[in-house]
Amino acid sequence: MDRREFLKIAGMSSLLGIGGFSVASTVRSDLEASQIKANPAALTAKRWAMVVDMSKFKTPEDYQKCIDACHRVHNVPTVTDNPKHEIKWLWTETYDHAFPGNEDKFLSEKIKHMPFLLLCNHCENPPCVRVCPTQATFKRKSDGIVMMDMHRCIGCRFCMAGCPYGARSFNYKNPRTHLDESKENREFPTRMKGVVEKCTLCYERLAHGLEPACVEAAKEVAVKNGTTPGLIFGDLEDPNSAVRKILSERFSIRRKPELGTGPSVYYVL
Amino acid sequence: MLENAIYGSRRYWIWIFFLLSIIGAGFLAYLYQFKYGLGVTGMSRDVSWGLYIGQFTFLVGVAASGVMVVLPYYLHNYKKFARLTILGEFLAIAAVIMCMLFIFVDLGQPLRVLNVILHPTPNSVMFYDMIVLSGYLMLNLIIGWTVLSAERKEVPPPKWVKPIIYLSIAWAPSIHTVTAFLYAGIPGKHLWMTAIMAARFLASAFAGGPALLILLAFIVRKYTRFDPGKEAIQSLAKIVTYCMILNVFFLGLEFFTAFYSQVPGHMHSFVYLYAGYHGYSQLVPIMWVSSILAVIALVMLIFPQIRKNETLLGVACLATFFSLWIDKGFGLVVGGFVPNSFEKITEYWPTIPEAIITMAVWAIGFLVLTILYKIAISVKEEVVFDKYGERQIKAE
Repeated sequence: MDRREFLKIAGMSSLLGIGGFSVASTVRSDLEASQIKANPAALTAKRWAMVVDMSKFKTPEDYQKCIDACHRVHNVPTVTDNPKHEIKWLWTETYDHAFPGNEDKFLSEKIKHMPFLLLCNHCENPPCVRVCPTQATFKRKSDGIVMMDMHRCIGCRFCMAGCPYGARSFNYKNPRTHLDESKENREFPTRMKGVVEKCTLCYERLAHGLEPACVEAAKEVAVKNGTTPGLIFGDLEDPNSAVRKILSERFSIRRKPELGTGPSVYYVL
Repeated sequence: MLENAIYGSRRYWIWIFFLLSIIGAGFLAYLYQFKYGLGVTGMSRDVSWGLYIGQFTFLVGVAASGVMVVLPYYLHNYKKFARLTILGEFLAIAAVIMCMLFIFVDLGQPLRVLNVILHPTPNSVMFYDMIVLSGYLMLNLIIGWTVLSAERKEVPPPKWVKPIIYLSIAWAPSIHTVTAFLYAGIPGKHLWMTAIMAARFLASAFAGGPALLILLAFIVRKYTRFDPGKEAIQSLAKIVTYCMILNVFFLGLEFFTAFYSQVPGHMHSFVYLYAGYHGYSQLVPIMWVSSILAVIALVMLIFPQIRKNETLLGVACLATFFSLWIDKGFGLVVGGFVPNSFEKITEYWPTIPEAIITMAVWAIGFLVLTILYKIAISVKEEVVFDKYGERQIKAE
């Protein structure tokens, strides 16, 4: 909406006596949370998705590099004193726990012990967004990222109950006490106690034309291993994107697709 | 009428100050929680709702159950409930206030609570819960106060209150249905995602709430001159009986579906709650206490000879109340999170600060209830005869 259009609506509604409130809400519904003049270099998509190619990760350190990259750039606290208060944006689980209901006693030992990288699935139909009473978590219309407004979150934790993937963490105490200030990333805000947080697909990096931190780290791992990267990131709606290419060639699985959430993270073995 | 609350016997003031001291302790514990965060509770990343939300859920039921005396009285003109209705309505008020407080103490950022109104979100069940709870509170305040004022002036209640009473009768089941929808619409939580959740909630509410009301009526009769009426209590006991039967029946339906279908996800939470799962069994003893109390309550309630003995009825009501309090105020909420989304187990048990805060919220509820009951009973003691000319005050 440009200024002329805004003034038109404002003038009209004042005339009709509706007043400023409805103008504000009209404007609000047309705006995205981070609406400023977009960086021309920004990475955009209709619906972002991620493919995790498990065959490209060789050692536990390979996964850890991706996790560390994510947690460092987002100032995710390392809570070591109480596992109940753990904050995780990106982490690993074995097959049985990542895909409960698909357990198989005779699964190959290799797959059984493989650490699957887990993160928010940025669902097409996210239950966390449906249940949030304040729209503090919301699906960005432009690219499908499930976002978090940590200044609006009231900490009711309905989203944590609603998420079938356990992708959300709550700050049971002040997370800043678990951060090393010298290693803090000043470009990304730290959080306060009492709010929920999770992976936001590095929306802040995409806006600057950078790929998500984990994807970048996976590229470094690939160089070391002499393979192609294990994390492939792209637009699910674009038939020529890297993710669509690999999905059309390889057999992929998603976590709990039967729930109708439409997870955007795919796994190929 | 409010002035009646500031004149009372020595016993009345001891009770008030006893409640205030618990509230004071709870306030200090809450300050600690407010400063440190919800990390002072037993909740975790995996069990992200605990005692607070459990108590909230249970108390919505107690609030809704007021309709069990209001409905027969106003819709069926069941005169015996004339004296009990005000006790039911005022219990609903105290219960709704506790519900709101339990939500409040459960928030990670309580100062932002008004965001729920500032950013109304009709797709969230929590939004409707806010509307129905505050609406129900207003309805009961208006109705209770108006009808009691009319009784004090010994005139019939104003005509405009009738439609509001009918609205409140329809409203009561809605508050508990919406609360059930908080749980029943969540994908991936097998214990909760059941179509009969709202029906179960209503059944347990209409057993537990009236059971509490019977106990309160006994206390009122013992310590004041007001007599809610023997027959009214017996009728209420029948309501408790039928609803408790329904509640246990509904739970049985859940067991059948889970264990006959043998779908693992549907069985796991029940196995965890009643037998222990992979060696984790912290909740098993209390769930069995709940089950045994339910059986005791049913046996005592079903046989009329036992039910008609008021002492035994009191025991049956205590058993009903505590059975449901454990099952719905604790097991149901925690059980939904175990095992978690990864089929792993994190157990939950409330901490001491959490327990103190919980007790303090109950103390606030009892304080509100005591004051409201004191007012109502003072009015009744003054009027002596109820609306139908029957003596509602015991002879000296």
